[in-house]
Amino acid sequence: FAGLSDISISQDIPVEGEITIPMRSRIREFDSSTLNESVQNTIMRDLKAVGKKFMHVLYPRKSNTLLRDWDLWGPLVLCVTLALMLQRGSADSENDGGPQFAEVFVIIWFGAVTITLNSKLLGGNISFFQSLCVLGYCILPLTVALLVCRLVLLAKPGPINFIVRLFVVIMMFAWSIVASTAFLADSQPPNRKALAVYPVFLFYFVISWMILTFTP
Amino acid sequence: MAAVDDLQFEEFGDVATSLAANPDATTINIEGPGETPKRLGPPRGSGRQEDDELLGNDDSDKTELLAGQKKSSPFWTFEYYQTFFDVDTYQVFDRIKGSLLPIPGKNFVRLYIRSNPDLYGPFWICATLVFAIAISGNLSNFLIHLGEKTYHYVPEFRKVSIAATIIYAYAWLVPFALWGFLLWRNSKVMNIVSYSFLEIVCVYGYSLFIYIPTAILWIIPQKAVRWILVMMALGISGSVLAMTFWPAVREDNRRVALATIVTIVLLHTLLSVGCLAYFFDAPEVDHLPTTAVVPNQTVVAAKSS
Repeated sequence: FAGLSDISISQDIPVEGEITIPMRSRIREFDSSTLNESVQNTIMRDLKAVGKKFMHVLYPRKSNTLLRDWDLWGPLVLCVTLALMLQRGSADSENDGGPQFAEVFVIIWFGAVTITLNSKLLGGNISFFQSLCVLGYCILPLTVALLVCRLVLLAKPGPINFIVRLFVVIMMFAWSIVASTAFLADSQPPNRKALAVYPVFLFYFVISWMILTFTP
Repeated sequence: MAAVDDLQFEEFGDVATSLAANPDATTINIEGPGETPKRLGPPRGSGRQEDDELLGNDDSDKTELLAGQKKSSPFWTFEYYQTFFDVDTYQVFDRIKGSLLPIPGKNFVRLYIRSNPDLYGPFWICATLVFAIAISGNLSNFLIHLGEKTYHYVPEFRKVSIAATIIYAYAWLVPFALWGFLLWRNSKVMNIVSYSFLEIVCVYGYSLFIYIPTAILWIIPQKAVRWILVMMALGISGSVLAMTFWPAVREDNRRVALATIVTIVLLHTLLSVGCLAYFFDAPEVDHLPTTAVVPNQTVVAAKSS
């Protein structure tokens, strides 16, 4: 019991200070100011947030912006653009052509949901919508690849045409994988990282294949 | 022992009596990590005392109990499904290796799965196989028809949905049927070995892995090469399945056991040959039209000039 004698709680330690809740009055003003602001301000704020995330995808660094302030506007815009440009025209009567709008849309969204469920089931600690946000935003390089491919296809068809397209698609595929892995890999337990990253690889590979085999 | 007197509380009757009965019991242990505390701190209620007793006396027993049980949550919670994804990377690789190298006498389920069936392997191997078959079929058709003037390349996207239906139906319905059949036979004949539904799904899923490199190699437009690949893949995955299910039907009637194994292998054959026939065009048929086109063109040129 030697140590017990050293423990003593003196009865007269004064506890004093101030308890204030800062910003409380200011929060009220902030709320009403977003309600009264012009529509342009509101739209520009959201557009800037989306644009900032696009920049984070194009130059992937380890940052939390994509995860912290997730939104699904960017993925929706990218998915609709991709599906619109990849669909075969309505005048095409062949049965076996490229994917329809609905097929591309379903592949992208159900693919993203499946990968998110997979990473959560493996024990990752990322939330559902954060993961959807990251996967959707990292389609941006592939959308850029599709635009480039469409431009290249306006030129004369031939093997050089194909090799240029192949090169562009491979580069953008690698960029997508690197960008999404930079954001997603840290949320997985360390002995299951490969298990969680492989479906992302398969997902972007299928989208790249659809872009590469696109014939107008 | 002045400290003991300071710590005696009058209100908590049972503790006071126990402290009085056993004054040598330490209430706070500061000495070191080697000693196990018998009581932790001044008890604040009877519930806390039960915890203390458990921690103090039954430490080793409790940990052993927890290690043996698997937490089983009800099936509508998320945690229930997490138990099917409780595998590490090296475990998945080991299971894939086990499906590629069947060792006679070694049972895939007993050796690799060991009552931890996972759904990760079957699901993602089937997804990869679907896209491997669709993409390889498309690529192979493109390469076969490459020289023809009348050939217009189409991505044939519809075949992806057909491939997905076939492969996922095979990977889930055949194990279901097999499980039902084994359950029925188990009620008639006492079998030593019996598999759960998920273990059967697991075996089927991992045994399909060999078809992924096979599908990629099927791009080579030679009939002989393709059929050799079919034989090899069938040999490997068929033997994995046969060696897994032979112990489960061994005690049964000889004919029933043999018929079961033959049916399993036959269905596997049907899958691989069917995929080869449907997704990959035959290589030699299309060489004839190219040689026929050239004389027509020369005839047309001669006529027009």
